[in-house]
Amino acid sequence: MRDFSYLRATSADDAQKAALQAGAVLLAGGTTLLDLAKCGVTEPETVVDITHLSSLDGIAVDEGGATIGALARMSEVADHREIKAAFPAVSESLSLAASAQLRNMATMGGNLLQRTRCSYFREPGVFAACNKRNPGSGCSAIGGVTRNHAILGTSDACIATYPGDLAVALVAFDATVEIGSRRVPVDDFFLLPGNTPDRETVLEKGDIITAISIPASAAARNSTYLKVRDRQSYEFAAASAAVGLEFEADGRTVRDIRVALGGVATKPWRARAVEQALVGKALDAETVEKASSLAMEGAVSQGGNHYKIELAPRVITRAIEQLGLKVGGLA
Amino acid sequence: MTRTIHLSLDINGRRHELDVEPRVTLLDALREHLALTGTKKGCDQGQCGACTCHVDGKRVLSCLTLAAQVEGREITTIEGITGENGDLHPVQAAFIEHDAFQCGYCTPGQIMSAVACIREGHAGSDEEIREYMSGNLCRCGAYNSIVAAVREAAQATVKEKMEVA
Repeated sequence: MRDFSYLRATSADDAQKAALQAGAVLLAGGTTLLDLAKCGVTEPETVVDITHLSSLDGIAVDEGGATIGALARMSEVADHREIKAAFPAVSESLSLAASAQLRNMATMGGNLLQRTRCSYFREPGVFAACNKRNPGSGCSAIGGVTRNHAILGTSDACIATYPGDLAVALVAFDATVEIGSRRVPVDDFFLLPGNTPDRETVLEKGDIITAISIPASAAARNSTYLKVRDRQSYEFAAASAAVGLEFEADGRTVRDIRVALGGVATKPWRARAVEQALVGKALDAETVEKASSLAMEGAVSQGGNHYKIELAPRVITRAIEQLGLKVGGLA
Repeated sequence: MTRTIHLSLDINGRRHELDVEPRVTLLDALREHLALTGTKKGCDQGQCGACTCHVDGKRVLSCLTLAAQVEGREITTIEGITGENGDLHPVQAAFIEHDAFQCGYCTPGQIMSAVACIREGHAGSDEEIREYMSGNLCRCGAYNSIVAAVREAAQATVKEKMEVA
């Protein structure tokens, strides 16, 4: 890890000024930053520690929704009683991620900004070509070992998977990212790789995420996060789904359904085609299965990740069935 | 030019003063600068849990924590959990009772994680113990005995609380 200077911000203004310096990066939980600094992917000149700012770590939930400070820790939000009641998928996406230690460290803002686990991205000493690290240098993953790479939202320049769980639940329930006074829907916050995979979010230099807000909804209250992975725990998703479901008064016709996918796309992936196919329908196994397969429209397999095209719709189907059975609407 | 910064760290109830480069992690500060070598360096990239310590009572990975970041926080390492007379912590005793290790390298991290796991209330069943201890890898594969040790220590803690109440 290259040496850097350390600056402890004592106010948000302080932090923002420091973050504008060339070579400056913000340090919150540190679980991504220090990991990537050790890999040689990130070489900060100045690390601006914002963990001593006390005004950004609150969690407030009311009838309208939740506002979660950017510095709230994953474990605090996962275990928060009102978050669990109003947004079970959000709580589950957090408690199924990483390990207990990492969840005590990593913050909500930092969680959104975690970088891909693409092995080629993470090994600059071995793989020089990576458009995300070094724009224009090429992609070592295309034609390589691609078991964990994306099938949706990819480009000729990059096929790296967005690895997070939280953002998948957030995008399903129309959450917004607060950057000072700016509010950006999570779906717009993340960018597709296109020809510029080095640009992953709309954040500009000096921007600081201050909070995440999630509007309350009946679908969010009846929601779940299903994560399928190569080992039972402490692993990134092979495929995951955040699903929320609201029935009409008859208890079986879908009024509102939210579906988002993780582990298969270059950004947190809202599966609107699946949602549109199910609104107004009574759920039965065949309808759900047929609708789930619509999520794979436009999917491109690299070979090693071909299994995801079959796996992801099954994860959606299973999540909807689990939820439908729980609320009693599945025929 | 190497820049160093001065830090005061509160570790196991004692104040330590040290001068380190800003990039020094809590793990390296403990092991290389303060001779507290009970905390182990396994992967050094947040994947194995061998370096688990407590900061303000919560378990964290010291390899992904800058020493500078935890100034003013209360740090506890494996050296700090024994009783005043050097009595073993109940979790340490349970690990010996259940032979919950082979080579022992992951053990300090396992024990620090287990102490926190029980305190958090996440040791209610074997399934829950496995899930909430999953951040601590044991390449000898002593997992069954580790779960047994955590289960016993958790049950003893609950019993003790009930007796006090």
